[in-house]
Amino acid sequence: MTQTNHIGKAPNRVDGPLKVAGAAHYSGEFNVPNLAYGYVVSSPITKGKILKVYADEVRALPGVLEVFSHENVPYLAWFDKSYKDQIAPGGSPFRPLHAPDITFNQQPVALVVADTFELARYAAALLRIDYEQQAHETNLETKRTEGYAPGKGKTGFQPPPPPRGKPDKALENATHSIEAEYAHGAQHHNPMELFATTVEWRGNGQITAYDKTQGVYNVQNYLMGVFGLGKNDVRVVNQFMGGGFGSGLRPQYSVFMAVLAALELKRSVRVTLTRQQMFSIGHRPNTLQLLKMGTNPDGTLAALQHHALHETSQFEDYTENVVNWSGMLYKCENVKLGYELAKLDIYSPQDMRAPGAASGNVGLEVAMDEMAYAAGLDPLEFRLRNYAERDQNVDKPFSSKKLRECYRQAAAKFGWENRTQAPRSMRANGKLVGMGMGGGVWDASQQKSAAKALISADGKLTVRSATGENGTGTYTIMTQIAAETLGLPLKAVTFELGDTDQPEAPIQGGSWTAASVGTAVKNACDALGEKILKLAQKPADSPLMGAKYEEVEFVNGQLRLRLDHAQAVVLRDVLQASGKSQLEADSSAMPNMVKQNGYSLHSHNVAFAEVEVDEDLGTIKVTRVVSAVAAGRILNQKTARSQVLGSVVWGLGMALMEETVMDHKFGRYMNHNFAEYHIPVNADIPHIDVIFVHEDDDIVNPLGVKGIGEVGMLGVTAAIANAVFHATGKRVRDLPIMLDKLL
Amino acid sequence: MYPFTYSRATNVADAVRDKAGHKASAYVGGGTNLIDLMKMNVEQPAHLVNVAKLPLSKIEDLPDGGLRLGATATNSDTAWNEAVKKRYPLLNQAILAGASPQLRNAATNGGNLMQRTRCYYFYDVATPCNKREPGSGCSAIGGYNRIHAILGASETCIATHPSDMCVALAALAPTVRVSGPNGERTIAFEDFHRLPADQPEFDNTLAEGELITSLDLPEKGFAKHFAYLKLRDRHSYAFALVSVAVGLEMDGDTITDARLALGGVAHKPWRDKAAEALLKGQPATAETFGRVAAHVVANAVGQGSNDFKIELARRAIVRALKQAAEGKQEAGDMYLGGQ
Amino acid sequence: MSQPITSAPASGGLPTPVPTGPVRLTINGETRTLQLAPWTSLLDALREYAGLTGTKKGCDHGQCGACTVLVNGRRINSCLTLAVMHEDDDITTIEGLGTPENLSLLQQAFVDHDAFQCGYCTPGQICSAQGLLNEGRAHSEAEIKELMSGNLCRCGAYVGILDAVKEVVDKQ
Repeated sequence: MTQTNHIGKAPNRVDGPLKVAGAAHYSGEFNVPNLAYGYVVSSPITKGKILKVYADEVRALPGVLEVFSHENVPYLAWFDKSYKDQIAPGGSPFRPLHAPDITFNQQPVALVVADTFELARYAAALLRIDYEQQAHETNLETKRTEGYAPGKGKTGFQPPPPPRGKPDKALENATHSIEAEYAHGAQHHNPMELFATTVEWRGNGQITAYDKTQGVYNVQNYLMGVFGLGKNDVRVVNQFMGGGFGSGLRPQYSVFMAVLAALELKRSVRVTLTRQQMFSIGHRPNTLQLLKMGTNPDGTLAALQHHALHETSQFEDYTENVVNWSGMLYKCENVKLGYELAKLDIYSPQDMRAPGAASGNVGLEVAMDEMAYAAGLDPLEFRLRNYAERDQNVDKPFSSKKLRECYRQAAAKFGWENRTQAPRSMRANGKLVGMGMGGGVWDASQQKSAAKALISADGKLTVRSATGENGTGTYTIMTQIAAETLGLPLKAVTFELGDTDQPEAPIQGGSWTAASVGTAVKNACDALGEKILKLAQKPADSPLMGAKYEEVEFVNGQLRLRLDHAQAVVLRDVLQASGKSQLEADSSAMPNMVKQNGYSLHSHNVAFAEVEVDEDLGTIKVTRVVSAVAAGRILNQKTARSQVLGSVVWGLGMALMEETVMDHKFGRYMNHNFAEYHIPVNADIPHIDVIFVHEDDDIVNPLGVKGIGEVGMLGVTAAIANAVFHATGKRVRDLPIMLDKLL
Repeated sequence: MYPFTYSRATNVADAVRDKAGHKASAYVGGGTNLIDLMKMNVEQPAHLVNVAKLPLSKIEDLPDGGLRLGATATNSDTAWNEAVKKRYPLLNQAILAGASPQLRNAATNGGNLMQRTRCYYFYDVATPCNKREPGSGCSAIGGYNRIHAILGASETCIATHPSDMCVALAALAPTVRVSGPNGERTIAFEDFHRLPADQPEFDNTLAEGELITSLDLPEKGFAKHFAYLKLRDRHSYAFALVSVAVGLEMDGDTITDARLALGGVAHKPWRDKAAEALLKGQPATAETFGRVAAHVVANAVGQGSNDFKIELARRAIVRALKQAAEGKQEAGDMYLGGQ
Repeated sequence: MSQPITSAPASGGLPTPVPTGPVRLTINGETRTLQLAPWTSLLDALREYAGLTGTKKGCDHGQCGACTVLVNGRRINSCLTLAVMHEDDDITTIEGLGTPENLSLLQQAFVDHDAFQCGYCTPGQICSAQGLLNEGRAHSEAEIKELMSGNLCRCGAYVGILDAVKEVVDKQ
């Protein structure tokens, strides 16, 4: 791609005006006629059985349409596979309203449907249910010795590679060594938009589900499997998603409930979860990590061992890649990685922004800081001495890796050279000052995607693919790619997404949307371009006669020869002369395995953070952050920067305040609201500098993009934790670092 | 939320009569706490009397040199009132340290006194709570109690009063004027809220049907030497783990009068008169502050996850006393203690 | 161990819902009468009865600010107030500040500074920022950050929000 009319620039979001005017419609905002409202009843107990649901008492209320529970749910699919979505982990997926058994707290046990939202909410509060309660266990601490290595787990999970070298012996012989345990509690995604599904009853058993999801096809397949619907019976739509962060990767029980009610009542139904219920749909698991490291006299790593244990439910082996990154980010010949799960009476955890990496990265990068201090080295210098030129996990070179340049530029911007190494050696404004750093690595992957491109006789281009927009800027970057490919202004291009009537796209996760859907969009536009070229070559006097597609280019609404710009036709003229009202092309894209096979494909980053700590009161203020990211080509400087800024906010939240606290007596999360589950507010956020280090990489995909939604979160949490140590001399190894841990 | 009937009162007498005429009724002002609790099914009034538009929103001088804060004046209007900023800057700072601009715009002064605890278990009807359901037990004792009381708690309840404004009021000691079915009366602020003892279901000493009509501040406002210090789990829009309100009068370096109240530590805004007495006549030194702080927390009891509050409160008192003595804090349009 | 428990409803007969009645609301300059029961929040009245879905429900408990609207020019959380309590009030929602084709200064500044990602908290942020402008109390960056802290943004667009609000504050 040689032209850069659009790609790599910083245009405003094309969907910005709709969003700022309140005109973008989210799933719970399709006010279809004759809508009924469902309200979910959640279990107050953690383990046991429902003995009786006194549904008749509330059915008697005028305006209440039905109470659904396991007692009256119609016959649905029987086999687990019907309930398995694209990224379901191993085990048996949770089936809402399937059986009287309670397997986790806040399990949905009934749905009350009424004419109004207020009535459904009231009736749900009245619904009496008898439970038989059984003893539960929700505390990971009790399962330290009961971890087990999971099987294959979900798509994308890689068991840790086997040990390399002699990790135990090398550790024993190391000049300096450290060993420490790191922990963090459960965290919840908490997108601002509540999970909601509006099901429009279209008659004849056909429905359209406006559903909050990161994958409309994933939900459609799930609904087809569970409710025995045909592809034409169920259309799933999600044009705007009010944040996902992984919470919408799997179909949630809100969509099950809404579809169930709509099919049974033959009426349009909306189900919206409460904020409290948003704490019952998956989370970043409570994780314990043991790190051991040793160095050689020259400050190179002699040995690295990283073991992680995290919780999962009784019914699924939820897996994520926690420790693998530790075998890849630094050069080390003697490495041992271990990964185990423990079953508790909780709901299955769920991928949450940079799943696995965000957890493992804290262990690794805080341990690296501890190791640097033990070896008497500056933390940045220590990392440079252990820079990995190859991915030792798979023994392949990286397709591109400009982490060293990230270090250089970010350290310079931050002023790392002004840092004095000794803890408690820096002060300002009567406070202790600390500077810390951390880096990270994340997958650059591509999934199979399809797209359709249509151009009308007036030169307007429409491109469609059933991907999602949850704030990542999908509408904008796809518009840029399409406009770039066919040489059109952004205004002449419309990108449409989030509808199972469109060509299939993968679920929106893993930071792969830009690479996957972007390539499909480019391919579809190129396919359309070839058709346009053929049309242009139809007239006997065509200036493009005989030219191959590679020999022409689309610029400013014209199609011309690359080597002779005077030989040009106007796009609109070609289309109008052809007599066709529109021209369309479909295409899809897959990763080029042959090209990629010899390489490790990853993005990298580093974050530097400064904190001020009031030593008497334990209060921590992050005063600035510099984040540098090497993620191939940046498609849109503005939206990509926003993703990294947001990632830094997430890293700060994880470091200083986010934790869902369970009362194990009840097996219930007690701070299940925004007042007590703290996410950062504006006053918490310092000045943040974002640096993109460009990488030319034609191996990852034709666009050269690696994805930016997750890598930016890595390093940040550890950088802040390390800065707090530098400021105070106190090493806090269990997150979040709230003020009481510094008293 | 349970169903309820609704009426809007235009004068105090009508409001009181309306409420008395309905079983299980409640007054609603800003609604920022009551409607929240109704959505959680914690409160289930059968009738609401809207008092937000009663003619009680004025803030006006009292003949004795004090200031009357109307019960339906919003927290915002009170904080930004010029007389409050000038004469009671401690109150200005405490109000602005609480909640968010939106909530302060709706919440009323009377409602601020009436807000209920943020105890996780009180709010969650799936768990036992003596305050919500007397006799059902206290889940916070032996449970998760980071935000719970270290002073004045009982075996039935360790909840805290969540207000910031009321901590400053505890220090400033206004009189609470109320109207009820039996006419008007006044309640000293320190007698308004109560400790849980064996009746945690009662937050305050209001009689059935009584409505707060104003808070009458005495003249003494500690406008020169004051401090409000709030410690919380994020830098804004979070309830206090510990907060401290201090008002001092100084003669040179000697403290001649003192007020000291804590928030986030007890079932009521915690004013410590003995500590105030200890400050009087003493030099404003670190030694004095340390001694007084140690006295305040001498009988504090931790419950597990809130053990840290004892030490935090001690240090916060020392810091707030120091800030007040230095007299550097200014009233403003916001509380920037977290920045 | 087996311990039977019952989820606890109110004792006695079930209170029946209170019927709806006409409620006159002035929204974005237009007075309209909606059939509402007292238990309908202003937020639900806007979204479910008036068809104005620009105002968002993020928590329904006054803990996120997504539902911020202007009542008589002052910002409040519409989730924690009842529609019936606002019969004499002038209510402004995001739809009343500007349209996609004709954005307000603040809305345009939010677009220019990319002060949002998913857009769900955005109407609340903008209504809150409009309230901040009306109050006229925030000038410095620290002051703007403090007075915009009643609006959570999970995407973490706070830097852009600060820049956008600051741009408009500085213009005034």
